[in-house]
Parts: sequence; C-alpha cells; structure tokens
Amino acid sequence: MSSLLIKNGHLIDPGAGVEGAKDILLKDGRVAEIAGAGKIKPNGSEVIDAKGLTVAPGLIDIHVHLREPGQGHKETIESGTAAAAAGGFTSVAAMPNTTPVNDTPDVTRWMQSPDRGAHIRVFPIGAATRGSKGEAINDFAALKAAGVVAVTDDGHPILKDGIMRETLAAAARVGLSVIQHAEDTRMTQGCSMNAGPTAFKLGLRGMPPEAESSLVERDIRLVQELRDARVHLHVAHTSTAAAVAAVRQARRNGLRVTCEVAPHHFLLTEEHVGMYSTHAKMNPPLRSAADRDAMIEGILDGVVDAIATDHAPHAVHEKEVEFERAPNGITGLETALGLCLRWLHKEWKLPLGRVLSLLSAQPAALLGLKGRGTLAVGSFADVVIFDPNAEWTYRVSETKSRSRNTPFDGWAMQGKVRWTISEGKIAYVSE
Amino acid sequence: MNATATPVRRNLKHPDAPATPFPYNTGSLLSVNDLSVDAVSHLLKRATALEEMDPAERDRLFFKRRVALLFYESSTRTRTSFELAAKALGADTTLVSNLSSSIEKGETLKDTGLTLRALGAEAIILRHNSSGAPWLLEESTHLPVLNAGDGMHEHPTQALLDLRTILQHLRPKAKAVAEDTLAGVTVSIVGDILHSRVARSNMLLLPRLGARVVVCGPAPLLPEIASTEGPGIEIERNFEAAIAKSDVVMMLRIQAERLAGLQLDLDQYKAEYQLTVKRLAQFAPKAVVMHPGPIIRGLELTADVADGPQSAILQQVKNGVAIRMAVVERALTAKGGQA
Repeated sequence: MSSLLIKNGHLIDPGAGVEGAKDILLKDGRVAEIAGAGKIKPNGSEVIDAKGLTVAPGLIDIHVHLREPGQGHKETIESGTAAAAAGGFTSVAAMPNTTPVNDTPDVTRWMQSPDRGAHIRVFPIGAATRGSKGEAINDFAALKAAGVVAVTDDGHPILKDGIMRETLAAAARVGLSVIQHAEDTRMTQGCSMNAGPTAFKLGLRGMPPEAESSLVERDIRLVQELRDARVHLHVAHTSTAAAVAAVRQARRNGLRVTCEVAPHHFLLTEEHVGMYSTHAKMNPPLRSAADRDAMIEGILDGVVDAIATDHAPHAVHEKEVEFERAPNGITGLETALGLCLRWLHKEWKLPLGRVLSLLSAQPAALLGLKGRGTLAVGSFADVVIFDPNAEWTYRVSETKSRSRNTPFDGWAMQGKVRWTISEGKIAYVSE
Repeated sequence: MNATATPVRRNLKHPDAPATPFPYNTGSLLSVNDLSVDAVSHLLKRATALEEMDPAERDRLFFKRRVALLFYESSTRTRTSFELAAKALGADTTLVSNLSSSIEKGETLKDTGLTLRALGAEAIILRHNSSGAPWLLEESTHLPVLNAGDGMHEHPTQALLDLRTILQHLRPKAKAVAEDTLAGVTVSIVGDILHSRVARSNMLLLPRLGARVVVCGPAPLLPEIASTEGPGIEIERNFEAAIAKSDVVMMLRIQAERLAGLQLDLDQYKAEYQLTVKRLAQFAPKAVVMHPGPIIRGLELTADVADGPQSAILQQVKNGVAIRMAVVERALTAKGGQA
C-alpha cells in the first residue's frame, strides 16, 4: 500500500482549525496521521520535504468547464484536470453544458470513467432540465446516484418561475444544490459586455446589472416561498453589487443561499476590455469599478462562500474573431491561487487561512463533498503544497490547458504550487 | 454563512487598467482619437493640396500601389469615395464584399485580411458591422487599416470630412486647425445617436477643436450615458431648443438595421424631431444643415430641406473624396510599426 510523508511543512487546515508546524502521513488515499514536526517516522514511505512551504487541503473549484464530452478541441477532462492540478486543485465540479448536455446518468458516468485520464477528482454537475432548455426537469435522484453533486442549467438560466420553483423543490428532496447562472436573458439579447460608459464608447450593446440581480432576487423569493430548509440555492459567479446585496439579505433572513465570485470579477473592470480584447469577454461580463469593489467587500466580510474560476476554455481561433462574435469565457485554473494570494491576501490583507478556506473548506461544505476540503485524519489525501512567498509571472505559453484564453498572461502571481496530491497520488510537481 | 454589516472599504489598490493593447501601424486610422490636432490639421491641408493638384501629376503619386476595400456592409458614399480617392492617387483598388466572396462560405476576418495581404494589398479599407473589427484586422495583418465605419463605434473619415465642411462654412480663411479653431461654434447632432458611429466620431473630434456638441434625440435613441463619450458634450431633448443654439445641425438617419427590436412611433418621432423648412426658418435660419447620408426624405428631414439653400449634404459627399485621398496617402507613406 502506498504511503507518503510530508514533513517540515507549515500546515494550514482552516476547516479543522489547525495551523502550525506539522508532519502529515498519507496512506491509501487518506490522511492517516498528523503530528508535530519530526514525530512521524517514514517507515518506508515516500517523503516530501516541505520545509519553508505551506501544506493545505487541495483546492476545490466548483465551477469549471471541462468541455467533454463533445468539445475536446477546447479542453479535455485530461487537459483540464492537468491545468487544475498545476493550479493546486484536487477537485473540480464540471458544468453540464457539454455536447451532449450532461442530463443523464450515462454522461455523468462517462465523465467519471478512469478512461478520461483525469489527474484529480471530477465531480459532474448535472443539467437541471432536459437539454438545459428550461422546460422539463431531469431525474435528479438518478443523476445523484450516478455521481452528480448539484444541478444547474448554467449559461441557460431557468427563467420560468414555475420551472425554477420545481427545480429547487425537486433538488432539495434528493439533497442536491441548485446552481443558477443568474441572467435574465430577455434583457441581454445581442449584448457582449457590461452596460455603461465603456459599452457606449465602444459601440457595443451592454448587459444591464439588473439582468443579474433581478434573477437573483426572483430566485431568493422562490426559496423563501418554498419554506423548506433543505432547499439550497447557489448563485454562480456573482458580479454585481445588487446581487451580492440580495444574497447578504437572504442570509440575514435565514435562507440557505450561497454565492461564489470569480477572480476576474474581483480584479478586473469593464475597462479591461480595452480595444475589444476577447480575453476580457465573459458572461457575466466585467462590470463597473463599484461592482468590482462590492465583490471584494463580499469576500472580505464573508458573504461570499467560495472563489470559483468559471474556467471556460476556448480554442485560439474561436477567440480571434470580432468581439461581438467571440464566445464568452476565460481560463482560470492555473491563475486562481496566485491571484488570490497576490491580491486578497498580500494586498487586501485577508488572512491566508480565510483565502484557503474560500478555495477549499467552504466550497466543499457548500456542495457537501464529504472528506474534501480538510486534512483531518480520515479525509481524502488531497493536498496542495506551495511556497507562499514565491513571486512569479504567469505565462500562458506554458499552460497545461488546451486553450490560452486568459487575460492574466504576464501577470505577477504570489505563491507557487510545488506539489499537488490527489487521493494520495502526486498529480502535479513543479520543475 | 454569517453576513455582517458592510462598511465600504476604500482606497484599496487594484490591478492597473490595461495599456494600449498592441501597437498600431502608423498608417492606420482606426479612431479619431488616433489623430493629434496637428495630425488633423495636416490631413486637412493635404486634402486641399491633393484636391488642387493636377490629376496627371497626382496619378503618379502612388502609381500601381495596391489598396483593398473590404466591405461587410452596404455603402454608396464611403465606398465610392474611398475608391475614387485611391484611384486618383494612381493606386490599384480591389473590392471584396461579404456578399460575393468567401466570407459567405465562412472565411474569417483574419483569414480574409491575410489573403488580401498575400495578394499584395498595402492598405485595407474596412467597413464592418461589428464594432472593433478594424482592431482585429490590424492585429491580424499589421497592415495600415482605414476604418470606413465599424458597427456602432466610429467612422473617422466621416468626422474629418464633416469637419472640412464645417470649416468651409464657418472658418473659410483658416489655413490650419488648432484647439480653439471652433471656439464659439455649436454643432447639434440629432436623431439616432445610440446606433451611430458618425455621431461618436464627431462627438470625439469636434470638441477637441473647441466646438460645443449638443446631442438631441428621444431617450431610446439617446441614452443619458452619451454625455460621457467625452468632454464638451451636452444633451438637449428639445429639438427646437437644440437647433436654436446651433451653427451646424447634423441630422442622422434612424438605423433600422441596428434597432434590435426597439419599437419607435415614427409619427411621433417626426412630430418632435423632423427638420422642416418651417422649423429651420423659425429656429435656425442661418445654420448649416448636414447629414452623413443616406438620407430618408420625409423622415428625419423633409425633401425641401435636403434640397434647400442651407443644405451642405452634397458638399459633404464631395469633401469625402479629398479627405480620403489624404488618409490613403497617409496609409501608403507610413513606415509601419508603432504609432
């Protein structure tokens, strides 16, 4: 049986409330023992010397697009999880907008097959409705049995009140969360960036912030009306001040409503579109400085439950087109930790443990991923080992993703991943 | 999941806004913002010099040089005047339009541009229905690109020919232009501002020469945010009040092809914003009436206004050839590289 001893590291496990100089023994894919530095004897285990490094629960990204099945020219489960491992992630939740849409147990199982060559754990998210068309609700019990951890029609938001209400209720009955990409698409037809002065200047049609916040408010109202404590609404990639405010209020009212924010939404604004950079085109779009500030505020004050990248790879030729015609999305798995440490921690002084919690313990709790997001004894041996002080520059030419659509090429990063360990196996090691 | 009170944190440092995304070819004209006031002045002088030059001499300036016109939208004035301008300088021109080329078969703008470059094009004049397309074409080909109108964004040569027309009427003796040349001049731009690239280029260019620009139209066609386009711009909803204070009245067409489902009551629009002989006589008897074309007689202006003594519409068209000779000359004499 394989075992791995990580010694001399500085362990931070925010979920378990542990921080200090600890050695950790991984055995058979689980955390076997944690003890003070030097207390665990190797006894034939492979040894990683983590002197000067931080040892933390492997990161968890609950919003990625791995593009398989059907869109392997953008990304495969193999390439996407290689990029994830390089970014320190040991679990990702994969969105169902594949070809075909993941609305059946068959697709869910196909995605989890060892034949896909995943480097880390992939948790499929199932489509809420058949073909994500917003009409007929899928068999959530069957999807859950096949391994789905949540349901959503991401990218095709559920607009009809009745269908959304039914989705929330049906998911709650089988213990699944409902993730909503909050966008009232009736207000965003033909739009390619945020509504505002920049859109006017560039001659582009703009998505009003209300397209997001009004749907978040509608969904919260439905959660309230259902009066069922099991209902869990998770708002994907929150980007507007009004949406965060709505989530904050829902929580004060005791509702089970959570939200995530993507690094680009707390770092960039609509000005980063520049002269039509398609690497700054995503949905929800980059917003105003006030919205960006509200994302930071929400992270610092705790209303935001998770950082999620919305990793959305697209082939080079697909992004080398007119701005209005370019597909939405940017990659994010390799830059998330470096940006979070550089900005949330170093610049804005969010304690390291809280940053790591937003990237591991909280997303695990949010989707009920048992034994993940913590290094408590008995948990899965999902570990990231990184040098918190290393400053480096991200080069997209070195990406492990099949795609290169990032606005962060050449950006300064803080904190370099040295090892990523997934269920006891080394999934990534830096050169 | 605790939500606490939220003091707004200020004075946080953020990542820098992006720098200019890539170097422009010095011969390109993508936006009026690419031109300094001196550069505008120089182009106006060259327009006049080229216009006055002996045609036989002019024909030798860029003899057999290759200029491509790439048009993704229909056009009469812009296309013809660019073509005549390039030919008047001796250049060979070729026209590629989206309806009779491989664009119909799905060829991308990048590949179309690379193909034209491989065929020997030394500059590309681009008309495109997507805002920003000229930036993509320039990045793809590194050739001088002349923006002949991109989506709802800009139409820089139109603003230059409009400027030349305004100067001919209001500053006939000006030999050059500077930041104060149009001081005291008010230009109103009326109608479908939201969808107009002509409006945007004029809103950016004219205030830099000292003009006050008044934009006028109903809210669905003129959002309040239009006043943020640049300095020196004000919104006046009342058409008669707008023209009453104007030396130049620039009327725009309602861009039916860009309305995207927007419903307008045309009878009400005409009642409020149509330029009629009566309105002109009562509120702006001395104003120069301009229109970038195509005009829709009986909608934004009446036929008798279009054909009337205050109309400079055909003079604008004529100025298009002179201005476009100057920008084609600029493109073909550029050394390339960074602006």
